[in-house]
Amino acid sequence: MRVSIEVNGRTTAGEVPDRTLLVHYLRDTVGLTGTNIGCDTTSCGACTVLFDGESVKSCTVLAAQADGHEVTTVEGLAGDDGELHPVQRAFREQHGLQCGFCTPGMMMASVSLLKENPRPSRREVREALEGNLCRCTGYHNIVSAVVEASGAEVDR
Amino acid sequence: MSIVGTRVVRVEDEKLITSGGTYVDDLREAALTGAVHAVFVRSPIAHARISGIDTEEAKQAPGVVGVFTAADLDLAPLPTGPVTEPFLATDVVRYVGEPVALVLTEERYQLADAAELVDVDYDPLDAVASIDAALSGETELFPGGGVTGNVMQVNGAEEFDDAAFADCDAVVTQTILNPRVAPASLEVRGGSAAWGEDGRLTLWLSTQNAQIARTTVAGALGLDEDRVRVIAPDVGGGFGAKIGADPEASLLGWAARAVGRPVRWTESRSENLTAMTHGRAQQNTVTIGGKRDGTVLAYRIDVVQDSGAYPRAMFLPTLTEMMAPGVYRFPVVQTRSRCVVTNTTPIAAYRGAGRPEATAAVERAMDLFAAEIGMDPAEVRRVNFIRPEEFPYTTPTGGDYDTGEYAAALDKALEAAGYAELRAEQELRRAAGDPVALGLGIAAYVEITGGDANGESGRVDIHEDGSVTAYTGSSPHGQGLATSLAMLLSDQLGVPLAKITVKHGDTDEVPRAVGTFGSRSLQLGGSAIRQAADEVIAQARELAADLLEAAPEDLELDTERGVWQVRGAPSSTTLDWARIVSSAERTALSADVWFGDGKPTFPFGAHLAVVEVDTETGKVEVRRLVAVDDAGPVVNPLTFRGQRHGGLGQGIAQALLEVVNYDEDGNPTTATLADYSFVTATELPDFELVDMATPTTRNLLGVKGIGEAATIGSTPAVHNAVVDALAHLGVRHLDMPTTPMRVWAALNDVRKAN
Repeated sequence: MRVSIEVNGRTTAGEVPDRTLLVHYLRDTVGLTGTNIGCDTTSCGACTVLFDGESVKSCTVLAAQADGHEVTTVEGLAGDDGELHPVQRAFREQHGLQCGFCTPGMMMASVSLLKENPRPSRREVREALEGNLCRCTGYHNIVSAVVEASGAEVDR
Repeated sequence: MSIVGTRVVRVEDEKLITSGGTYVDDLREAALTGAVHAVFVRSPIAHARISGIDTEEAKQAPGVVGVFTAADLDLAPLPTGPVTEPFLATDVVRYVGEPVALVLTEERYQLADAAELVDVDYDPLDAVASIDAALSGETELFPGGGVTGNVMQVNGAEEFDDAAFADCDAVVTQTILNPRVAPASLEVRGGSAAWGEDGRLTLWLSTQNAQIARTTVAGALGLDEDRVRVIAPDVGGGFGAKIGADPEASLLGWAARAVGRPVRWTESRSENLTAMTHGRAQQNTVTIGGKRDGTVLAYRIDVVQDSGAYPRAMFLPTLTEMMAPGVYRFPVVQTRSRCVVTNTTPIAAYRGAGRPEATAAVERAMDLFAAEIGMDPAEVRRVNFIRPEEFPYTTPTGGDYDTGEYAAALDKALEAAGYAELRAEQELRRAAGDPVALGLGIAAYVEITGGDANGESGRVDIHEDGSVTAYTGSSPHGQGLATSLAMLLSDQLGVPLAKITVKHGDTDEVPRAVGTFGSRSLQLGGSAIRQAADEVIAQARELAADLLEAAPEDLELDTERGVWQVRGAPSSTTLDWARIVSSAERTALSADVWFGDGKPTFPFGAHLAVVEVDTETGKVEVRRLVAVDDAGPVVNPLTFRGQRHGGLGQGIAQALLEVVNYDEDGNPTTATLADYSFVTATELPDFELVDMATPTTRNLLGVKGIGEAATIGSTPAVHNAVVDALAHLGVRHLDMPTTPMRVWAALNDVRKAN
């Protein structure tokens, strides 16, 4: 089927098999490989993107379901002038990433969290990010990054 | 001011946070145009004879380019210990997940459809699904293969000598399971293979060591090494399980040649959890004996390593034996190890590889001994620590420890945690009958880093524009080594970070290397870079002397400004790096070195875990984790602490949650992330880190490795804490992972017994 999806503010379109997942549409049809795939069971959250502003795991959405909708991926997080999003800056400043594989999904989930809860406690951040797995960081610095992005003080 | 030792954000991060980096599945290289996709058909049965494979229907499926089985291969099977491991199963499959056939299709989505049509007839054999079943020898995985029973290797004592325990006031024996866990890097395994018109194979691989992978693949395919180029792009975690190349990688190269097209492969997560090597999987029986004053007179460990179906890593129990005595000056240490094969996924390195198992055993043993003689666990440790003045110290098992301050590390941990107050709180809660029990767990540890006795390569080029390119044989995949090496070079050469590029993980750019494992990168790779930079500085000194018409020894490099000048005459003429390089009439000053004196280093530390255990539900919550980790001087506190955080996370997860399980027929029951208890943010606390730095004399930087240390200390700290929480109720030992069900069952057992 033919789908048309606005990705990072740009209209994209492609002819895809009906069963195509949104994550594969983004990676293979649009060519944006920042969104990663880490599991088969919607458990890891590496593929998290914003779908009409809400965070979703793009391995559990069909490209067909996104037809006519807006999707934001990690590539669309920084401003047009290249200025980093506060969440991106905070992940770098707080060392919230190591291998980086979970990072795009983790940052997209964090953007979504901060929209719903602009000043989360560390505990609230931990609970909100439960659907995003990280194997490298022990989560400590990811939590710090989200707190920093919220504008609150982080004790290093 | 020196940049070394200051907190510097990583140079690696820019691309990772903006475009998500370039992992192997992200590659859109021209050389991969027209690539076919690969999937491995894997055994769904743990142990079976293959009576036939029919690939005809699969070959007719939409998009299929090729279907291959062992009969199509012309590759010699891999030697693994005393047996061999086929690339694709021949007559027998020995674990669920063993590759049986390889299917290639035009499109990714056609893979699963075609793979389902490969029809394999399996005649099931009895499965050997546990260490006990393996040792019974009733069913053999390799009958008639010159192997006795299922035992692939025996080290150490045939019979233990009990006389060593004769003078003890108290002797304790306990079998301690160190459960099988999945490395589960978030990026699964994958690779791409393409043959060039020049007859060279290029392989992009998610690997920790491109050079070891090149040697392995070239060997498997019967090629000279210079005909294989391996490139590790961004790698999404390895944790030891991506050392070198798994058999699948060689098959990608073979298949690309067979069909005359590039091949791409990305495994699924369930494949990753069943076919990527697992870690740990030891059953250790410890005996510890000593005096009532706390002095241990003898320690014994009898190691049984479950090697899985093919014994790919028989060095693991050997390392456990060597590190058995840990931080203690035990007069007698007796060890034995056996590797057995079972119908389960092969075991190989996983963060710590043999050392966490040694530490988990001895630290549980110390607590058991302390409980037996009625002494505080911290005090028992103090009595037995190797003392600072005793270094270098050779242990009874051949550990050649460099430097250590073991008692100081423990004291710092206890002080930071407020140990005495916590013990008082524990007493109060016990007296009040609080259903939520408080537990304190201590682990003092020492580990071996850079223990492979090989060195590492380092090359430094300074270009005509004054910029610097460094080539390291280490191959970081999240550790932040590029930043650390750039910091070292900036410090040494006086060149800003922005003008330094660090390259790694491409065998054409770095032909000689060992790579990243065993926490070796900074001490060996970093020392190599330092040595190469020293050589470049020596070259520059001669050139600068000519230009300034001064004696070489009268010149100095001002690293604040990055210029050469006559010593003591800062207002005289200065030369920057660009000027010196151009005077040499070369495009770059360059030095290429190999660093290594063959001696490992021994980082150490002490962890204290505070847990709360709900005695009604069995739920364990880690309230605090205080960690002192000493790996010598720190180049970048940011990444140093990051490595510790990650290690703590994985170590705690092993104690509490993570375990790969099989049923009695060898079927994995934890083959997805929905079943495998991967640790999430909610199970972990914020970590409390205390820094401490005792240098080593064994490398140019005085540094020891930190990549695995925190994993090693945290597991027994949490494990001991859970048992400690339940001690007053009569629980003496509990195996890991201390899941709610296991804790509840243990409590139920003691309640019934009372």
